Amino acid sequence: MIELDDVSIHAGEFSLSGICMQVPRGKYAVLMGRTGRGKTTILESICGLRKITSGRILIDGVDVTTWLPGDRQIGYVPQDLALFPTLTVAQHLAFALRLRKRPQSEIDDRISQLAEVLGIMPLLGRKVDALSGGESQRVALGRALSFRPAVLLLDEPLSALDESTRAEMHELLKRVKTTTGVTTLHVTHSNEEAEVLADQRFELNDGVLTEG
Amino acid sequence: MSEPVKATSSPTFRRRSDTPFFLVMGGISACFIILIVLLLAADVVFTSPSDFIDALRKPEIQAAFRLTILSCSAAAVLSLWVATPLGYLLSRYRFPGRWLVDTLVDIPIVLPPLVLGLSLLILFHLPIFGWELEAWLRDSVGFPVTYQWPAVVLAQFSVACAFAVRTMRVTFDQIDPRAEDVARTLGCTRGQAFMQIALPQAWRGMIAATTIAWARALGEFGPILVFAGATRMRTEVLSTTVFLELSIGQLNAAVAVSLLMVAMAVVVLLILRVLGTGLNA
Repeated sequence: MIELDDVSIHAGEFSLSGICMQVPRGKYAVLMGRTGRGKTTILESICGLRKITSGRILIDGVDVTTWLPGDRQIGYVPQDLALFPTLTVAQHLAFALRLRKRPQSEIDDRISQLAEVLGIMPLLGRKVDALSGGESQRVALGRALSFRPAVLLLDEPLSALDESTRAEMHELLKRVKTTTGVTTLHVTHSNEEAEVLADQRFELNDGVLTEG
Repeated sequence: MSEPVKATSSPTFRRRSDTPFFLVMGGISACFIILIVLLLAADVVFTSPSDFIDALRKPEIQAAFRLTILSCSAAAVLSLWVATPLGYLLSRYRFPGRWLVDTLVDIPIVLPPLVLGLSLLILFHLPIFGWELEAWLRDSVGFPVTYQWPAVVLAQFSVACAFAVRTMRVTFDQIDPRAEDVARTLGCTRGQAFMQIALPQAWRGMIAATTIAWARALGEFGPILVFAGATRMRTEVLSTTVFLELSIGQLNAAVAVSLLMVAMAVVVLLILRVLGTGLNA
């Protein structure tokens, strides 16, 4: 469950205040709104990359407002993906599990399981600089899901993809939703994506967040 | 409805040439290139292979060569150790007093070399309520610095490190910090993100910084002369050798040692070229 309780954020030119939001456990929420209105800022605040000025952020009922990003157990797929240039696809999927000092056999199992679901089995040994947009997107998603996070944050994950790849990714996201049941907050400005995926819809306009 | 455009007059054709552009730009550029080539050529013509070999056989020069290699390497490695964290901090964080740190780092670059040497000398011998750094190092730690080989390394390090910091800062500026952010959401602390994500991407910059620091240390002369002295077989490095040989009228030996340093500098430049860091392009 994701809970924002009266959160205020100041970021450069704009500020958001009094943001309240609740995404129940296992639900897929879509956050819409025009570009440059602070949707990314909200995601960054939830995963801890941006400090909030007031309010509380709760993940599964635990107040994580002052926690380090790495302690929050949140899978984050940023818009720019930010893959790691020196690692292979398999190393991306193993990264979070290595940090958690999981046994190698468990890591190997998880890599093949994720690669199977995401359809990136043939890419496992490749470096990320030669991947296509859709492939990079899948790797970023796999990296975020690898450690079975409590919450998944997706920042316009499909905006850079062509029509057919986007349809494939819709299917993939639906599959992730049903198989993992991870609580998801997905930022987009595509109505179509919201129709296909959302259990719950939020809209951010002029600094005001409404549910609808 | 738009009317067809009528040709009012036929265009005048004039053929022009880019030759003057290339002549002027090339001519001015060539002046500098020719100057460098002539400098090197003059050195080579002035000395003969036998002079060169004679000079390199002198035990003082061999000792200076050994000390140069060792002290430059020590200064370069120390510089890398300091420059990597400092360059990273300057590149990634906006902290209070950052501009001051940024300016202070550049001071060894702009300071006249003799002044830097003098400042080091004063620092080590300034009595603070009866306590003196050099005396403490010599008597309590058993590690005298001034006029010993450590002074050579420290003098070289002071300047070389400033260049290494600049190089590392540019290196980290060119690395996208977003990957480190995402690594932090995956469970990294800032330290782990630095070690596992930023550092592996910075290896070219680290080699470049080490090489640049090494080359700067090789050319260091003023601060070494003031702070370490120019004692033969003890604190003499190749740059001091050139000075010492010149001062006793041994022009041949001075030129031979100079050529040796030119060769070492060329090797350093080649390493930078091969790495293609963009810092030298």
